[in-house]
Amino acid sequence: MRLRAAIAALMLSALPAWAELTIPVHYLRQIVPQPPTLSNLDPRPERLGIDGASLALADNQTTGQFLGQTYTLEITEVPEGGDFAAAMRTALAATPFVILDAPADTLLTVADMSEAGEALLFNASAPGRRLRSQDCRPNLFHTIPSLDMRTDALMQFLLSRRWTGLALIHGTHAEDLAFADALTNSAGKFGLKIGATKEWAFDADMRRNAAQEMPLFTQDLGRHDVLLLADEIGDFALYIPYNTWEPRPVAGSEGLRPVAWDRVVEQWGAAQLQSRFEDLAARPMRPLDYAAWAAFRAIGEAVTRTGTDDPAALRAYMLSDAFELAGFKGRPLTFRSWNGQLRQPIPLVHAHAQAALAPLDGFLHPRTELDTLGLDAPESGCARFR
Amino acid sequence: MIRTTLALLVLSAPAALADEMWVTNERDDTISVIDTQTLEVTRTIPTGARPRGIIFSHDHKVVYICASDSDTVQVMDPDTGEVLHELPSGEDPEQFALHPDNRHLYIANEDDAISTVVDVETRTVVAQISVGIEPEGMAVSPDGKIAITTSETTNMAHWIDTETQKIFANTLVDSRPRHAEFTSDGAELWVSSEIGGTVTVFDGTTQAEKAKITFDLPNIHPDRIQPVGFEFTPDDAIAFVALGPANHVAVVNMASYEVEEYILVGRRVWHMAFNRDHSQLFTTNGISGDVTVIDVASRKPVKSIKVGRFPWGAAFRPTN
Repeated sequence: MRLRAAIAALMLSALPAWAELTIPVHYLRQIVPQPPTLSNLDPRPERLGIDGASLALADNQTTGQFLGQTYTLEITEVPEGGDFAAAMRTALAATPFVILDAPADTLLTVADMSEAGEALLFNASAPGRRLRSQDCRPNLFHTIPSLDMRTDALMQFLLSRRWTGLALIHGTHAEDLAFADALTNSAGKFGLKIGATKEWAFDADMRRNAAQEMPLFTQDLGRHDVLLLADEIGDFALYIPYNTWEPRPVAGSEGLRPVAWDRVVEQWGAAQLQSRFEDLAARPMRPLDYAAWAAFRAIGEAVTRTGTDDPAALRAYMLSDAFELAGFKGRPLTFRSWNGQLRQPIPLVHAHAQAALAPLDGFLHPRTELDTLGLDAPESGCARFR
Repeated sequence: MIRTTLALLVLSAPAALADEMWVTNERDDTISVIDTQTLEVTRTIPTGARPRGIIFSHDHKVVYICASDSDTVQVMDPDTGEVLHELPSGEDPEQFALHPDNRHLYIANEDDAISTVVDVETRTVVAQISVGIEPEGMAVSPDGKIAITTSETTNMAHWIDTETQKIFANTLVDSRPRHAEFTSDGAELWVSSEIGGTVTVFDGTTQAEKAKITFDLPNIHPDRIQPVGFEFTPDDAIAFVALGPANHVAVVNMASYEVEEYILVGRRVWHMAFNRDHSQLFTTNGISGDVTVIDVASRKPVKSIKVGRFPWGAAFRPTN
């Protein structure tokens, strides 16, 4: 009896004096039409992103149970042509914490809604530069790495190998062009040279005749060490390796890929995250899953450490030096104070293994080497985030 | 027949005379046994898949090995290297601690958010305790009354009453707690945080945070300083803390909580163990695939010993 009393006293003293909290989080997805691709081997999982948020819910709940904190996850998928703004209003009526999977324009529309002024929104899907630069918003964090972060990672790798002569083939979709643009910018940043650039303009079915067409298509690319491919929707790039005129490695959207996450990432405890995800989703974790997981975990981490559900206090904490997220990439992940981008290492992967993890050794930065990837403070035109 | 046996004994006898350091090789599914006199690997013993935590029974008659990917704890005869039997450990055992009663193993089941308590005599599970995500570090207080589990993603040390097998306190630490250890008098609990880059010192009785130790190495970014395993000298005067990818071991004054020195070792240093008289410290270096031997008095590395791939745990075996 005395022992029990003693233990009860210990319990009271040891538990942080946090009040009971409920943190509702909404995951809001805009379904967008998927362009047709030549191969259907690798379809988009139906719960892409949602499974990542669901895993973070489980992770946060487990921690929360010891602290009297409860997390909930509401999921809304808005069909093509549906009223995304209305769905956002409904979400914001219940919670200030929203994780978004939507195109950049849609993100800006909802971030600018008056109801979202005090909210904490997380972009888990849109990688474009302008959201981290001139079109940044103070209430919009980004957990998916920007295109620039990924292409900088790739260029660091190519430079460290001294494979500095590059050629580029890009598709015609907006995503392809944005990725090609980021590749070109990053090549310039690190002093690599992209020579010949070609647009993918075939309409034949490459599964039948890639072996005949590709050598001819790549014959006039000139001298290059590596062939870059910008095919972000996964249309043609997978038919290019081994079918080039010159025996050259490919990189970008195929071959060596700079990614936020991939099933082959296994160092730094990642194997545990992968197996938890597989148990939950019965498929490998993809970049959007990782970004959604990181967003919800960032909320959870900030709530755990501060014991508050006040969005303004949580925003301040997430941008402070005290915040750090253990993201299974070997370093603490933090948010950039100038545009809300989650700093993170970028794995460089191929089909079966991770070849390297950027930032690579030797790429230095006065703040953190992670800021050698993507828009650094002076380059970002973001004035509204701080 | 008898002559053959004798011949074998003669052959194996020299190895059996010297003390040994046992090192688990996570990616080789083996244990490298190092002779602590000659500092040579004398035996390589096959284990289950992905061996990590390793601990000898208090009488050193058997050795327990967490074979993580085999989802079991193997019990091995250290003389022969033969696996005697396996314990029902729960899924993905990573680290464990043996209660002072030499009978109860407290096992962290990394994939399952559970700590499992196993009775090694009856080979049965005594209790399973729900803890945070990715339980990792395990410790039992010297008086046997408290067991600790740290959970890497929940970022807590869970304090378990070993009588009731229930959690009675939870204390937050910095990101990714990896290892926990009580001082020999039980007055303090130390917990390392890999991503947080700190070691938190708790009062063993009140669970209050007493100190937080930080590390600072010139020319190494703070992000790369990731405390993992650590060991105390028997007088609780000095702690040696492995700093992971910083490739150094910190020497911490346990009275002032100040770092006195950093010792260069191999790459991604994980765990460590002392030899018999605590004059030498053996660290496992995951990426370089070797063990660094540190001379404790001079605080200098004296030798690197190549072992298997990704050496992880280390445990000392006196042989006489």
